[in-house]
Amino acid sequence: MTVTEQPAQAPEVGRARLRKEDARLITGRTRWTDNIVLPGMQHLAMVRSPFAHARITGLDASAAKSAPGVVAVLTGADVKDVQGALPNAWPASDDQKTPAHPSIAVDEVAFAGEVVAVVIARSAAAARDAAELVDVDYEELPPALELKAAAADEVLAHPDLGTNVSAVWTFDSQEKGTGGSADEAIAAARADGVVIEREYRQQRLIPAFMEPRSVVCDPTGEQLTVWTSTQVPHFVRIFVAAVLGIPESKVRVIAPDVGGGFGGKLQFTPEEVITVLAARHTGKPCKYTETRSESLLSGHHGRDQWQRLTLAATRDGRVTGLKVELLADMGAYLGLVTSFIPMLGALMYNGIYKLPAYHFTCTNVLTNKTWTDAYRGAGRPEATFAIERLMDELAAELGMDALEVREKNWITHEEFPFHTVAGVTYDSGNYEAATARARELFDYEALRREQRERRDRKDPVQLGIGVSTFTEMCGLAPSRWMGEQRYAAGGWEHAEVRMLPTGKVEVVTGTSPHGQGHETAWSQIAADRLGVPFEDVEVLHGDTAIAPRGLDTYGSRSLAVGGQAVVMAADRVVEKAKPLAAHMLEAAVDDLEFTGGRFAVRGTDKGATIQEVVWAAFTSHDLPEGMVPTLDAEATYDPDNFSFPHGTHLCAVEVDTETGQVRMRRYVSVDDVGVVVNPLIVAGQMHGGLVQGIAQALWEEAVYDEQGTLVTGSFVDYTLPTAADTISFVNDNTVTPAVGTALGAKGVGEAGTIASTPAVVNAVVDALRPLGIHDVQMPCTPERVWNAIRSAGENQAEPTTQQAQEHFEPGAPNQDPTAGHAGTPEKGAGQ
Amino acid sequence: MTRISVRVDGVDYTDEVEPRTLLVHYLREQLGKTGTVVGCDTSNCGACTVHLDGRSVKSCNVLAVQADGHEVTTIEGLATGGELHPVPQAFHECHALQCGYCTPGMIMQAVDVLRENPDPSEEEIRLGLEGNLCRCTGYHNIVRAVRQAAGAREGAQA
Ligand code: FES
Ligand code: FES
Repeated sequence: MTVTEQPAQAPEVGRARLRKEDARLITGRTRWTDNIVLPGMQHLAMVRSPFAHARITGLDASAAKSAPGVVAVLTGADVKDVQGALPNAWPASDDQKTPAHPSIAVDEVAFAGEVVAVVIARSAAAARDAAELVDVDYEELPPALELKAAAADEVLAHPDLGTNVSAVWTFDSQEKGTGGSADEAIAAARADGVVIEREYRQQRLIPAFMEPRSVVCDPTGEQLTVWTSTQVPHFVRIFVAAVLGIPESKVRVIAPDVGGGFGGKLQFTPEEVITVLAARHTGKPCKYTETRSESLLSGHHGRDQWQRLTLAATRDGRVTGLKVELLADMGAYLGLVTSFIPMLGALMYNGIYKLPAYHFTCTNVLTNKTWTDAYRGAGRPEATFAIERLMDELAAELGMDALEVREKNWITHEEFPFHTVAGVTYDSGNYEAATARARELFDYEALRREQRERRDRKDPVQLGIGVSTFTEMCGLAPSRWMGEQRYAAGGWEHAEVRMLPTGKVEVVTGTSPHGQGHETAWSQIAADRLGVPFEDVEVLHGDTAIAPRGLDTYGSRSLAVGGQAVVMAADRVVEKAKPLAAHMLEAAVDDLEFTGGRFAVRGTDKGATIQEVVWAAFTSHDLPEGMVPTLDAEATYDPDNFSFPHGTHLCAVEVDTETGQVRMRRYVSVDDVGVVVNPLIVAGQMHGGLVQGIAQALWEEAVYDEQGTLVTGSFVDYTLPTAADTISFVNDNTVTPAVGTALGAKGVGEAGTIASTPAVVNAVVDALRPLGIHDVQMPCTPERVWNAIRSAGENQAEPTTQQAQEHFEPGAPNQDPTAGHAGTPEKGAGQ
Repeated sequence: MTRISVRVDGVDYTDEVEPRTLLVHYLREQLGKTGTVVGCDTSNCGACTVHLDGRSVKSCNVLAVQADGHEVTTIEGLATGGELHPVPQAFHECHALQCGYCTPGMIMQAVDVLRENPDPSEEEIRLGLEGNLCRCTGYHNIVRAVRQAAGAREGAQA
């Protein structure tokens, strides 16, 4: 063989490449929507309802209209014929009750924070000043607030609908033929086995991305241009057109630098509609940037469910059935995918286990609160929490080790692909390997030993160990499945690879990153497929004029679906180049092989680099018969299945039984997310995801008072974790490639959030179990933990000292006093 | 309107401002220093952190008039002579940013933490950054970056 040896180029996929996008972000050369300034630009301020449920009986904007610098004030009455209705794209049933959702309320408001008017003025300050002058008369109506009471229709959130129940969605494995009857399994276990019955609360959370949402609309061109801090520019384009009756071709939407989303920017918002209306009304570019308080109040929330769970098992620890009955709080309106969020969890309640029977029912309930919608994990954290908490409860009930009971029930690695009782097929996985590695990194046995010692000596600080062996579903989604589930769109993704004459490459992707590092990861993928340097690839996204086809970024789909589209488009470039390369090399196409960016004639030293072929295509001086003068290629990928990453997370916490304080001690995660394109980015996704999940377990909750006012309406009260609340993690990966894609990547965006919440709560409960405690409601604040200890009755190990009780005021807000407050004096005071 | 004179990132400015104007709005809207951002309205997030006479402040918590006669450094003025400052360099190398929205404030605060304590422990770093929120990174890599920057500086001094 005389094949010339190419210098072995290490593959880009798998390399811990530093991110391309960092250069501008670490120097302040950023383009957040709020940075955009256009000639003649006007600024908006919203007037929002202070009441959860009220009729608008009068609105006087005259004082505001004559305030200095005010160009116009628009009310619901002004825009009612042109504002259309905000869309719900994923109904949970054919006869779902969907309240009409205007961007500016016309006669009634259904939650505190709903927009009733908008002031348009020369500066943001002038607009805000004038907004204070808008005089609105409300006739208060009783609000439907608490979820269970609302489900019982005690007070109606939207009286015209006649009920608060928006939809009921059911899955039954016997009916679907994917398993047996859960009721029968439970009856059998009652007679001769174990039944674990629990009710868990998934508290309401707020995504709390760091960049408040902002919209700019420029109506001065032939195309209306909208910049918006969104995860979904392509959806926004479609909805601006559909809702406002503007031809889609007249709308261009740009998501510039976007400062986080976590599902919170997977929305088409009233504020987007209002900004477009204001721009069209004034003929001037208009900008609206929300304050943080507005963001917490009116940006959609997440979670908010009650879960009634019944798990049946045999006495030797084999799970025989699971019944899940959910109440899900929709809030006041059905946003983009509000109504289907709980159902994304319906496929995951069986977790990694071989359940023979499963029943799931979810009742979607309307209330007079901010609407809920996607928040990192969206349905799957709730499901994972339920099953992972139950597995711990089962282990405790049977006196088994938490890992042992899981091992007894999980799908073994030889059993993939595995058809689950929930009707999906898990592509691949190796739970044994991830668990073995996690045990080793965690030093499980040593920590169990320490736990025994602390228990034996009745140490006031108890150690708890929490396990979460989770799986989740990534890569939203096969379009056919989306259609079967009544979703209004598909789940494919698009990419284009453009070969520039000088050999540089543009990758155009329909995904829309906001912190995930697509520019880096997509460059790595394209560099490998095309054999070009990583640095030569530019990734373009987030502008419907540049990347016209795409379905954007959410549901851990970008790499699993969008990355695969990049692979396919790049491979098509190579295929297109082959006839030209063969022509240039005077060889047959079949004799060519393409490696490391070079077309070589097999068995000779003749070859041409892809850059040479691209140049030849560009000049087009000598193309083979019938060839068009470009090598650019596009591809659309529609997955035929989800991908199912998984992992084993182990968490140790110290619980001070005198104060209720929970302190993170050690956290190990071993995740199998398939093939890792960039280990640095994967680790980063894990860290951030973990802290969001831990925050649900320990700190965060959106709380409403009895009038329906959000009392956690600022960062003073909605306690995001700080650096001082968190610890460094130990993360590792096992690799079981995804089946069915060339890339083999599964997705990682939501894994940390999904896995960590039950791991932490399991650890807290594990620490307290000798006291007779088998649950602490989230967030497990010192107050709640302390109350749980105090009310554990005769099981209480040691009475709490008077001194310790004084740390807490009765009736203090339900939150961790040490979280989220800069410089709180109690911090680190040895609680 | 009040007249103020401020030196920002090495340039002298004299401007008329409304007395109620916050420093962050003056920087962003009048000077175009959009590298500094706003993340909250309660002085909790630290996204707006800049240096006032070399000490970190939350610029949403300072009136523009209070900066009169003083010197402000923003993220845009941190680099010197075309060289990246070691702290942003470490943020890049440690993947200490994702969306990057908290990053300017986080970097400015980290610089101040290291100024006060050139060799902080993990605990000291975490406490020093407590007033800056990040929703993306879980702080893990931010803490690493600050450690690394501390090491780099020691190395440079040695
Ligand atoms: S904007 Fe200054 S602390 Fe949040
Ligand atoms: S990197 Fe996104 S908030 Fe810190």
